Amino acid sequence: MGMIEVEDFKKSFGSKQVHKGVSFYVKTGECLGLIGGSGAGKSVILRSLIGLERPDSGKIVIDGTEVTALKERELVEVRKKVAYVFQGGALFDSMTVFENLAYPLREHTQLSETEIRRKILHQLEEFGLGGNENLLPASLSGGMQKRVGLARAMMMSPEVVLYDEPTAGLDPYNTKKIQEHILDLKRRGVTSILVTHDMPTAFAVCDKLAILLNGRIEAQGTMEQLEKDSKGLIAKFINGEAA
Amino acid sequence: MSVFAAPLGAFLFESLNILGGMGILSGRILKDLFIGRFYLRLVVEQIYVIGMKSLPLILITATSIGMVMSLQFGLGLEKFGGKMYVPKLVTATILREMGPVFTSLMLAARVGAGIASEIGSMVVTQQIDAIRALGTSPIKKIVIPRVLACLVTLPLLVGVTNFVATVGGLLIGATELNIDANFYYLKVLSTAGISDYVSGIGKSLFFAIFISIPACYYGLNVKNGTKEVGSATTKAVVVASILILVGDFFLSKLFWVVERWV
Ligand SMILES: Nc1ncnc2c1ncn2[C@@H]1O[C@H](COP(=O)(O)OP(=O)(O)OP(=O)(O)O)[C@@H](O)[C@H]1O
Ligand SMILES: [Mg+2]
Repeated sequence: MGMIEVEDFKKSFGSKQVHKGVSFYVKTGECLGLIGGSGAGKSVILRSLIGLERPDSGKIVIDGTEVTALKERELVEVRKKVAYVFQGGALFDSMTVFENLAYPLREHTQLSETEIRRKILHQLEEFGLGGNENLLPASLSGGMQKRVGLARAMMMSPEVVLYDEPTAGLDPYNTKKIQEHILDLKRRGVTSILVTHDMPTAFAVCDKLAILLNGRIEAQGTMEQLEKDSKGLIAKFINGEAA
Repeated sequence: MSVFAAPLGAFLFESLNILGGMGILSGRILKDLFIGRFYLRLVVEQIYVIGMKSLPLILITATSIGMVMSLQFGLGLEKFGGKMYVPKLVTATILREMGPVFTSLMLAARVGAGIASEIGSMVVTQQIDAIRALGTSPIKKIVIPRVLACLVTLPLLVGVTNFVATVGGLLIGATELNIDANFYYLKVLSTAGISDYVSGIGKSLFFAIFISIPACYYGLNVKNGTKEVGSATTKAVVVASILILVGDFFLSKLFWVVERWV
């Protein structure tokens, strides 16, 4: 049924159990907003979805493939269609912006260098980064690095996108741009999970919200459902009373 | 007794842990070497970074090593009238021991530290994760090019050391020790047998592994932020140096035995 299904996900680090059985699903073409306090384990869930991390127990299924049963080599196919937008950009600092964007294309496609060049320059314009292709990541601002990371993740036209706080640290103009970008992808049928602390963005782009609290999804549903019957959790979260 | 037993036990456990980790890493390297894509361009790039950029260091240190050995042997043997053995002694020592061991130690310091800190920083800044997330393998992209580059460059650099150190020895022999340069030269040629080269180069292949595997292992296992990059680097160099020096004894022994067979 769902494009992404997570079932009874459990994970501990040392003696600290971060996830005590997390379950949720996202339907094809939907955007799920995953919210929760800092350290709640949102990034770990996203990382596990593409097999960067392994749960101690539980099951993750993406588009019918059980990710948790795959070996590292077999995960390549999943990673080609599921893009992970890193919280900090995670750019290759020894490569220029251009080479960062070219990386997935050179790796997974047969495109000619001319085509790659054309695609990348177009992509950079799209993300308001035109003219920066020959710079090294270190000479970009934090917000720009983030956008380059986002642009790189989008190069392979993924079917599923996992955003890890894509708008944190961005100015209102670029936040708006990112929102539009996510909505645009949604119109094209891309499934996504948006981890964020930025509630206006969550409200603007998400179809559903899931609240991760104390190692479990405490509440999930559409905005209207949550407003009605989640013990006011959303309101608490927004007002900074729950984390 | 127990005062020593506890730290000793912990030490043994830690050593086994590390050896196991390096063993697993080596296994993955071997597997990935033969399955899927091979990035020749990255290997060449690393050969340049590791080899060419180490050349100045090797040239300077090897020359002075050759000169010092010639001088010390010369001064020591002069008393017994054995100055004429200097060329033979210096050459044999360089080819069999000083060349491979010394070059490897220099590379452990320069290259091993470089690899460990580079990979460690990539872990901390999530670049290793990014390589995986983009559907590629850090073993193929980062580890294998460095290991192979070490395997290619170290024997070549040992060759350079052998040559330069011998020239350094000859220079001192001819000037300070008043040994006829021509005589020295002929002695070098007659001393250096094929087995010396085989033993020296053979050892350096092992040393290349001793340098690159711990460096990659410690780099990849950095977990808790930038602070750990420093200690990973130190450990990589220490472990590589120990493996080189201890391994040298056993490898020397091994090559003697092999030589006697053939
Ligand atoms: N590799 C790791 N080793 C040890 N602990 C870890 C590791 N990765 C995550 N954790 C722990 O798991 C918890 C969840 O981490 P995670 O990064 O998923 O939080 P988060 O919800 O994304 O927080 P933030 O909003 O600040 O990004 C944290 O308490 C963190 O300390
Ligand atoms: Mg996070």
